[in-house]
Amino acid sequence: MSLEDVARRAVEATVDAGATDAEAWAEEGTSRRIRVYDGEVESLSDAGGRGVGVRAFVDGRSGYAYGTELSEEGLRETAGAAREAAEVADPDEYGGLPEEFGTTAVQGLASNTLVDWSTERKVDLALAVERAARKRRGVTQVENAVYSDAEGGIALVNSQGFSAGYEATQAWAYASAFAGEGSDLMTGLGVGLGRDPGALDPEAIGAEAADRALALVGARQPSSRRCPVVLDAFVAASFFGFIGSMLSADAVQRGRSLFAGREGDEIAAPALALADDATDPAGPSSSPFDGEGSATRRTPLIEHGRLLSFLFDARTARKAGRATTANASRGSYRAPPSVGTTNLTLQPGEAGLEQLFGEAGDGLYVTDVAGLHSGVNPVSGTFSVGASGRLIENGEAASPVRELTIASDLVGMLQAVQTLGSEARWVPFGGSVKAPPVLIAEMSISGS
Amino acid sequence: MTLVEPALAERVLARALERGGDFAELYAEARQGFGISIDDRRVERPQGGRERGACLRVVQGDSTYYGHVDGLVEEDLLRVAGSVAQGLRGEAREPAALSSAERAAGHAVEIAPPDVAAAEKAELLRACDERARGAASEVAQARIGYAESRREVEVYNSDGRAASDDRTRVRLSAQVVARRDGRVETGTDTLGGHAGWELIVADPEAVADRAAQRALTLLDAVDAPTGRLPVVVGNGFGGVLLHEAVGHGLEADAVQKRASVYAGRLGDELADPLVTAYDDGLRPNDWGSDGIDDEGTPTRRTTIIENGRLVSYLYDVLRARKDGVESTGNGRRESFRHLPVPRMTNTFFAPGEATPDDLIAGVERGLYAVSFGGGQVEPATGDFVFGVSEGYLIEAGEVTAPVRGATLVGNGLEALRAIDGIAADLEIATGYCGKGGQSVPAGVGQPHVRIRELTVGGTAS
Repeated sequence: MSLEDVARRAVEATVDAGATDAEAWAEEGTSRRIRVYDGEVESLSDAGGRGVGVRAFVDGRSGYAYGTELSEEGLRETAGAAREAAEVADPDEYGGLPEEFGTTAVQGLASNTLVDWSTERKVDLALAVERAARKRRGVTQVENAVYSDAEGGIALVNSQGFSAGYEATQAWAYASAFAGEGSDLMTGLGVGLGRDPGALDPEAIGAEAADRALALVGARQPSSRRCPVVLDAFVAASFFGFIGSMLSADAVQRGRSLFAGREGDEIAAPALALADDATDPAGPSSSPFDGEGSATRRTPLIEHGRLLSFLFDARTARKAGRATTANASRGSYRAPPSVGTTNLTLQPGEAGLEQLFGEAGDGLYVTDVAGLHSGVNPVSGTFSVGASGRLIENGEAASPVRELTIASDLVGMLQAVQTLGSEARWVPFGGSVKAPPVLIAEMSISGS
Repeated sequence: MTLVEPALAERVLARALERGGDFAELYAEARQGFGISIDDRRVERPQGGRERGACLRVVQGDSTYYGHVDGLVEEDLLRVAGSVAQGLRGEAREPAALSSAERAAGHAVEIAPPDVAAAEKAELLRACDERARGAASEVAQARIGYAESRREVEVYNSDGRAASDDRTRVRLSAQVVARRDGRVETGTDTLGGHAGWELIVADPEAVADRAAQRALTLLDAVDAPTGRLPVVVGNGFGGVLLHEAVGHGLEADAVQKRASVYAGRLGDELADPLVTAYDDGLRPNDWGSDGIDDEGTPTRRTTIIENGRLVSYLYDVLRARKDGVESTGNGRRESFRHLPVPRMTNTFFAPGEATPDDLIAGVERGLYAVSFGGGQVEPATGDFVFGVSEGYLIEAGEVTAPVRGATLVGNGLEALRAIDGIAADLEIATGYCGKGGQSVPAGVGQPHVRIRELTVGGTAS
């Protein structure tokens, strides 16, 4: 039985159980994960899974259920559970399936060369990442070098006639390296991703992990100050990933976003342009349709510093009297869709990293932040997060620093964006974000 | 209920060891869950689910080969065992004979959550919503969530272990937003345990009330101070500091890779003699408790710091074998889709004799950090950062104005050494702990604790 068949039967069973409308999301996939340590395989996995999640709509109410039993009986049970769950929900005048469905052709989601890679070659790739990190002078340990890939299919079917599916592959590798000893031990992360292992550069990933750790050796707590700050691409991606989640129309409509009521306002410096784009073939979160069957697209969110749009699914769009932006997001079949970003892209500028340092003069280069999600107040936007990196002195990278916090508020930070770097990269943690380094005119640093 | 018959488990383990291996294990699990929330005054997102699956692993030296599968069908289990064995190159080994899985002494569940009608759960959420909104006219928004889960677990291994556990957890959480003039603040609270519905119905509105009071308090908050200050950390969720800054560094995987500042420090005096700390997966009905861990080892109480001295790391089977010790029952995993790794259960400082007032009275100017929004630590260095979600100034030995935006930044070893007072009011709170992409329920707790000096990163200039 194909995945679309599984989803179709689940929809039929839900309608049979008394739902006025129904939708099923079916998933199937296999994944591998290879972790090496000290030149040997530490763990190697080969895993598979499949499951289905069902939304039942009953007179304006909706319920959700999921299961891994895909037999007729299993599907009936899941359908019945979704139908039953719907009864306890309050009616929602904006709820229900979208009015329109569709798919966008996005090329290159699945690589046909992943299958050609034997397990041995993948192990070699992970070992090459570890070697590349270990061979740098000053690296004292490589805690983890991991290669991982996944291939799988998704199918979405609903009772209004939508039925579609797609396949996608992913491959990624990362390493975390240590430099220094004892209480001066510092860590660095290197990462690469693509649609197949051929897209990964093990030398670059290992070297990045080593270089990030080595750059911090001997770090000390700096004195408190207010100064220009350069966020590297990893850190910029973390901040803009968080800002993206605050642009969810759901957060806005429920009074949980500092951007509520700011549509059309100049909330950022003129140089700043941010978009959500599910159609970029290189974007890890790209797809032909969103979690409820709306055709994916590119949505400009901030341009010339002006807030143009929030992210909508069908429900929040109805409530706002707008069209969906196809941002109904699904983590897996185990949860119903909710509004979320796909791939966020921050438009790069023209400045190289040295140029950003030069412009900063005396300031701070931040290469890692910790506690972003606990350190930011999403409603007021004020934040204080832990950070490490290097001081910038006379336009050049100087001594490494740690145990400091940087504080500002998100809108203040957006408006203080002075220059965007030229080298944008995909950062796969905390959402999927493509960002360049960013120079912020001033932030408050707290140390000793 | 039996998920996998012992005879089948024996055949699966024999298949897994057909090309050698020191150790093989079959972990089978049936999971079911239900959750529902009220948000913006509407009961919404009722959702349930059921999953069954198994994880198989074979260990040879320092290498682990594993696979997992959805469903518990015989042919799938045998296929995964065969595929896992492909990683090895040796002679077949015979696993030990297996008896029926012995059910662990569990934690009492008086009212099984699935026996309670979903409509009753929705009503309870409405009552909490009412309470939160009734707290003050400034309450602008409330979200209350309820979640229940049941995990039936069976573990069979090639050493002859056959163990099972039946785990029920419930959790109620509240997030309340208060607004006055231009100020908007958020307060949260949770209640949860390895227990049944009885835990939730006892006094659910108190959870909504506490979340509302936190948000309202913050409306009057001043900017947090900046600099090195004495900090009194609240009981209950304040224990996340111990969890992050010390506990993760004691997990034996990090220690053995020397990715922990606590590596090689066993027996060392790391804190004042008044400091003792435990990891205790046995505590009745606590959030991080289980009957057995996810490798079938019975849970226990492990003293990690005794009168200031570091006395034990936290072990799973693999890391214990490597150090020639017994597992401490800390081999935990998120689900059958994951490998077990050393993880904390309920980790807390033992109570002392002081009162919270005694601790505060000794501070001329400092911070009273009642609760944290979360935290993060780099185990290799022990550097940590915590966002203070509810905090107050301490001035001349008295708690004064609430503060917002405070962050604590420091180092685990330094903070541990700087503890100079412990109160008697031990409390365990509910946390979710993330490590290596796996999230497990972990109890964090402590009595009130005073730290002589810590870096406070504030928002005041």
